[in-house]
Amino acid sequence: MTIKTVKDAINDALVQSFEEDKNVILMGEDIAGGKGREQYQGTQDAWGGPFGVTQGLYTKFGGERVRDTTIAEAGFFGAAIGAAMTGLRPIVELMYVDFAGVCFDQMMNQAAKVRYMFGGKQKVPMVVRTVVGAGFRAGSEHSQTLYSLYTHIPGLKVVAPYDAYDAKGLLLSSIKDDDPVIFMEHKRLYMTSCEVPDDLKPIPLGKGRIRREGSDVTIIAIQRMNLFAEEAADELKKINISCEIVDPRTYSPLDEELIFQSVKKTGKVIVVDESNPKCSLASEISSLISEKCFSDLKAAVIKITAPHTPVPFSPPMEDFYIPSTKKIIDAVKKLKDV
Amino acid sequence: MIEKKKINWIYKKIFTIRFFEERIKKIAKEKTVPGYLHTCIGSEAICVGVMAALNQDDWISSTYRNHGHAIAKGCELNEITSEIYGRKTGICKGRGGSMHISDFSKGMLGSFGIVAAGPAVVLGAALQEKINKSNKTCVSFFGDGAIHNGAFHEAAGLAKLWDIPMIFVCENNGYAEATATDWHLNTKELSDITKAYDMLSYIGDGNNVFEVYDITKKAINEAKQKNTPIFLEFKNYRFSGQYEGDTQLYQPQEEIDKAKQNDPIKLAKENSSKYGLNKNDLEKIINEAREEVDKAFDFADTQPWPQPEDALEEVYVNYPVEINR
Repeated sequence: MTIKTVKDAINDALVQSFEEDKNVILMGEDIAGGKGREQYQGTQDAWGGPFGVTQGLYTKFGGERVRDTTIAEAGFFGAAIGAAMTGLRPIVELMYVDFAGVCFDQMMNQAAKVRYMFGGKQKVPMVVRTVVGAGFRAGSEHSQTLYSLYTHIPGLKVVAPYDAYDAKGLLLSSIKDDDPVIFMEHKRLYMTSCEVPDDLKPIPLGKGRIRREGSDVTIIAIQRMNLFAEEAADELKKINISCEIVDPRTYSPLDEELIFQSVKKTGKVIVVDESNPKCSLASEISSLISEKCFSDLKAAVIKITAPHTPVPFSPPMEDFYIPSTKKIIDAVKKLKDV
Repeated sequence: MIEKKKINWIYKKIFTIRFFEERIKKIAKEKTVPGYLHTCIGSEAICVGVMAALNQDDWISSTYRNHGHAIAKGCELNEITSEIYGRKTGICKGRGGSMHISDFSKGMLGSFGIVAAGPAVVLGAALQEKINKSNKTCVSFFGDGAIHNGAFHEAAGLAKLWDIPMIFVCENNGYAEATATDWHLNTKELSDITKAYDMLSYIGDGNNVFEVYDITKKAINEAKQKNTPIFLEFKNYRFSGQYEGDTQLYQPQEEIDKAKQNDPIKLAKENSSKYGLNKNDLEKIINEAREEVDKAFDFADTQPWPQPEDALEEVYVNYPVEINR
């Protein structure tokens, strides 16, 4: 058992996948970094991406498989699709999910559809690793989550791990998966850590996780929101309120059964999602529960989300934007009284 | 000197494509065909000339104007026709339609409905060939309209930077949808845009199938020898509208009349004796092509429609949650 940060767990999963399968390659902007100055003893592999997640891969596996790209997402995302169709397992890095717009066509219209619309003869085993999330004072164009943008598209799978254990296990699975997977890493979680077994097996996509068992209220928490859900549950335990925390972990496919079982148990549900509220994972999960578990519900589902605004920059405003432990506690108390 | 077998193949394909497109145009006009149809009358020499320089398992991408590419790449006529008709036995099981005729087993990475989607995908296939030290040729077909699109430029830039020996084939047919090419170009020649990438480029007569073949063959050799992408511009004329039903009011009659003098089929016929085909040989090939096209349309007419629920298949390789039935 080793304590690992999310960042290191992801790096471990990449290294392991590179070692296990020579068809795995990685492409992205500055995923090594320092290219073009190595001849003057500048350091190639200087960055490992802006968060250092891919550091060391270039040195270990070389420039043929670890390819720094130009700032041309449409170009190298398209290339990943062609490479995946013809036998490689490319991983591409979208530096921030906020840049989805410049290469969304490749994911929405090509990666997601070639298997279906060309008659099921092709597969596109590629992974998009991308960085999501507010709380970094990074402003409106570097802080979004956009989970539902990709979840909406048939043909894509969407994964958003909370802790280092899930990050490693789910990334191993994503790279082995034969469908295109969007793997979302939260920038505020990179340095959080937990125990990760060295021989951790891949965690299947489509399996959620009960992060904490409880009996009074179900909190369905999306990615970083698990942190606040845990804090809230700790507080509420002191006043004898028992919260069950469900972390779906993957959003397409979604472990609906796990969610429904918990709803049946408690009858009271809060969904916490850092995204904007309209057409979000929160609204989708809430609607599924209303449709499939109506008679089990003792109260309407409560959604706690960001407001319908871009992510603001200034700390007081950004902190207001992100759902909080307090908001969860208040919501649970409200439901408890029902 | 081109071998006799290849010459016969070239003639057979060029007539098959023309007859196929004429037939589908006629059906679209007289009856109905579901969905959009983009025929390629005027492009036959480019489709066939390039494909004559390729092996069956070389990789290509095509566009929504793909019937000619698919036929020349060896896709089954019956399956193409069934697909256009939306039948279960279509090349994409009825899930693609005319815009997406593509058979992976024939080296087609895809026929994309989005302008300029193909070049980056082919870049990836070519990158894979390079990494796996394999040698399949990789060709992306696109129209003149695609050269303004960012995805094309991003793929071109990466291909040059990474020394990827892929072939960009730009079919300059005079129109980007309903906009004339001489209006939308910022450069004197279309292929001048590759100067930004210091990319080799060649211009050829897209109406002359043998010139297309010759240029493509040389370009493939040069690209592989020098480890570099090459851009080919073939000039031709789009006799078809952007889609079937297009009034084509923007194409002046005198322009069409002039272009007809260089119709690729007309040129191929005129050149036939030069390539060792006598009148009888030519007639035989023409009859065979016509017969095959007729058979394919007869076949498609008899094919079953897909079941409505077939729509739920093959979205994913593996999805552990049932897709809503």
